[in-house]
Amino acid sequence: MQVLTPRSLAEALRLKAEHPGSVPIQGGTDVMVELNFDRARPETLLNLNEVRELRGWSRDNGSIRLGAGLTYTEGMEAPLAEALPALAEASRTVGGPQIRNRGTVGGNLGTASPAGDALPPLLIGDAVVELASVRGERSVPLPEFLTGPKRNALAADELIVAILVRPAAGPQTFMKVGPRNAMVISVVSLALTVDRDHDEVRAAFGSAGPVAGLVQAPLAELNGFPERVAAAASPIDDVRGSAVYRRKSLRVLTVRAVERCLQ
Amino acid sequence: MSATARTLELGRVGESVKRIDAIPKVTGEFAYSSDLFAAGMLWGHTLRSSHAHALVSEVDISEAVGMPGVHAVLTHSDVPGAKTYGLEFPDQPVLAIDRVRYFGEPVAIVAAEHPEQARRAAERIRVAYEPLEPVVDPEQATEREPIHEGRPTAGHGFRDDERPNVVRTIVIRHGDPDAEADVTVSGVYELGIQDQAFLGPESGLAIPDAEGGVDVYVATQWLHIDRDQVAPCLGLEPKQVRIHLAGVGGAFGGREDLSMQIHAAMLALHTDRPVKMVYNREESFVGHIHRHPAKIWMEHRANRDGKLVNVRARILLDGGAYASSSAAVTANASAFACGPYAVENALVECTCVYTNNPPCGAMRGFGAVQSCFAHEAQMDKLAAELGIDPVELRLRNALAPGDTLPTGQRITGSFPAAEVIRRAAALPVPEPEELPRDALRLPGGSGNTTRGEGVRRGVGFAVGFKNVCYSEGFDDSTAARVRLTASDEELAAEVHCAAAEVGQGVVNVILQTARTELDLDDVVLGAATTSSVGSAGSASASRMTWMAAGAVRLAARAANEELARRGGNLAPGETIDVERIYHHRPTTPLDPETGQVTGDGAHVAYICAAMRVVAEVDVELGLTRVVWIGTAQDVGKAVNPQAVYGQIEGGIAQGLGLALMEEIQTRDGLITNASFTDYLVPTTLDMPPVDAELVEEPEPDAPYGVKGVGEPPTVVSTAAVVSALRDATGRELTRVPVSPDEIVGL
Repeated sequence: MQVLTPRSLAEALRLKAEHPGSVPIQGGTDVMVELNFDRARPETLLNLNEVRELRGWSRDNGSIRLGAGLTYTEGMEAPLAEALPALAEASRTVGGPQIRNRGTVGGNLGTASPAGDALPPLLIGDAVVELASVRGERSVPLPEFLTGPKRNALAADELIVAILVRPAAGPQTFMKVGPRNAMVISVVSLALTVDRDHDEVRAAFGSAGPVAGLVQAPLAELNGFPERVAAAASPIDDVRGSAVYRRKSLRVLTVRAVERCLQ
Repeated sequence: MSATARTLELGRVGESVKRIDAIPKVTGEFAYSSDLFAAGMLWGHTLRSSHAHALVSEVDISEAVGMPGVHAVLTHSDVPGAKTYGLEFPDQPVLAIDRVRYFGEPVAIVAAEHPEQARRAAERIRVAYEPLEPVVDPEQATEREPIHEGRPTAGHGFRDDERPNVVRTIVIRHGDPDAEADVTVSGVYELGIQDQAFLGPESGLAIPDAEGGVDVYVATQWLHIDRDQVAPCLGLEPKQVRIHLAGVGGAFGGREDLSMQIHAAMLALHTDRPVKMVYNREESFVGHIHRHPAKIWMEHRANRDGKLVNVRARILLDGGAYASSSAAVTANASAFACGPYAVENALVECTCVYTNNPPCGAMRGFGAVQSCFAHEAQMDKLAAELGIDPVELRLRNALAPGDTLPTGQRITGSFPAAEVIRRAAALPVPEPEELPRDALRLPGGSGNTTRGEGVRRGVGFAVGFKNVCYSEGFDDSTAARVRLTASDEELAAEVHCAAAEVGQGVVNVILQTARTELDLDDVVLGAATTSSVGSAGSASASRMTWMAAGAVRLAARAANEELARRGGNLAPGETIDVERIYHHRPTTPLDPETGQVTGDGAHVAYICAAMRVVAEVDVELGLTRVVWIGTAQDVGKAVNPQAVYGQIEGGIAQGLGLALMEEIQTRDGLITNASFTDYLVPTTLDMPPVDAELVEEPEPDAPYGVKGVGEPPTVVSTAAVVSALRDATGRELTRVPVSPDEIVGL
């Protein structure tokens, strides 16, 4: 196996174009599991850890621009955590400290698991994914980027560069259900915000359908909202939980999240 | 932890001593079996069955042998000696012969220069499987075609049970099994498959000795039984196979059976090169046996005053594809089915069956865990039915020395069941914490799922017991050697004992015993190996402290006597070297028809613990937080109190895991969650603080009055945790691990 380590975004895009089958790796918290279990043996790994342009975050014309290499630990730190509280809460639920130091938001999008913890908080922030290749750049709204379970809209020569997300315009929260109290893959998760600027409630669920899903409604329709969220999900039975439990829990989480955000 | 004893580097029996392996393990310097290395070594890899049940018509290795770096590809036809082995019955092929009986069964082995080359070569071995319908429902196993030809476990003084696929059936008849009473409660209880989930995967290194023999360095629980199983399969004399203990990363019963020992030795002898094997995590889940899943029906009959009159139980254990130690687990599940209570009448029937599910065998608690979960649920139910406080009900029925068990065995040693119940019940329960509080201190933990909504608090209680040492006539002796030398007029001692240090702290027990008996500080412990000392028996059945202390004390006292005979001192260069073998008092088999003891008794001694648990449950999401556990445990005499507290906390965590989350899931016999992503073990956020009280009533027959301590916490904590969840939810919760679905009532 070959490991390519570009030092700049331009070099990374060139290498990705030259090696379209290469697998990008940042924290390795998903990729290395696949390798260790012998489920994947890519010819080439594209190590993005030395690409400075992917690191950190910035304010960008009223939006927050998260570099694809933003770690969960960074997501938990002020002032970013104050601008995106649901993402901070979601980051806290990811693995243990070592995993949070390595795992990245960009990696969560690359894996595109329906259980990706960063996805629901980004969805309620109307996130747009910035993709780049030697052919140029494009922006894809997150719901369109997530095309299926562990599938996304990336072309073979493209890399995820950043995510543009709206800062919280009202209270928001994130909750994750798992059968143990830390270090667990979500059985079902929910991010929710009561956005008074846009007079709407937005909720996004994880692990309750083939992709993380977004549900929104005017604030006037808060009463029936938990039912709407539960109805929007299409959960399945698997080793982590039953479909009926996931749907019921989603309703409970939505009731609690609305209450939290209205307090 | 309530340990307050002082910590010394060099300690005598009864003092808290820092474990000699503690610092290296914490700093990462400790060499585990997976860290072994030898110059020129090859890497072994095992090709495993992808079917739960299939005929094997051909294993074609022709392509694999030509792969780069490959030195050997071996199948059953290359096994030099006996083709099968087993801990109690040789029913397990070294490599599959014409049939595979469980998912992950070894079919062929490969040695190559690099582990990746070995894996790639194994992928090129073509196995022609003819899939068979797997037997996966233990309740139907006795009506299906036999999985094994003949009856591998028939005879051996067991009860005749002609039904297909029976490993062992035990019936215990005690008093009048039809005796009636004022009140009857019954229930059906189930336990899923728990895994030992040790962190150090199966691994080891085999080195050929150039004279036809082999040295095997491996993480195991009983060096000499490994040797006695490995040598016949290699066609060697036992002395040609030397087993050396490598660093053990946890055992809990899962290393009683062989894993890679014969395979690595075969590859090493075949290639004349050292061969290392290390299972990965996924492989480890099929590389060892598990705790038996069980279905248990129980009926308790009692009088209005709470006195138990009759206990009736039917227990079904799924042994999986091979016998392992299932027969002994069956005996324990039945012998302890009535709990630590005096009951004059009982009828207990327990059957363990072969299926094509993952093989099951020894795991901490060994059959008593399953029974305790059922009998303690029943005691709570009975208390509610009678309107008697659950602790009071248990006290009214607690077994005491002089009482007779349902097997007819009289308790002749110490057995402070009432005392552990009283002490555990007297521990102050913490006040409920105020809201709001950090999510980490609420059910759901870091998932941030509640700020207090839906949370109810419950308090549970449970008591359990089991035996120490092996039973039913098995003489599990332990040998120790003490070597005294003199230099500069100072005496020094070297102790040899093949007891396996599996994390329980037996190395300190050995050193503390030797220092106490020899009255010397300068004592070192030799490496555990079959080549320098006789068998220590297994680090199992809560027996190793008792047996190692007994053996080292005997050998040390013999050395002292020899020293005295020589005038109390040794000249420089002069040595005393004595080996002694310690036996516990003998046991005798159970009568196969009545399940009653014959002769002295089936068990050596009994140990018990009581536990009180406070839990919070989010009843809308089915999530839990165990808040606090208080326990009192019958330990006889604590040799190293700090280590005893450690065993209690670790044992509780393992039982808590079974109560709340640990289960190997299968579909048609295939394991579907073979990883630590989906086989969940408790984290520090799931495990509460423990207040532990040691009840020290010395065991008359044992060195220093010691008993075993490793198993009772695991036996009891599963039952105690679920008792607290029932109190919080008002639900029956008859299956563990308790699923969120059951808590919310789906």
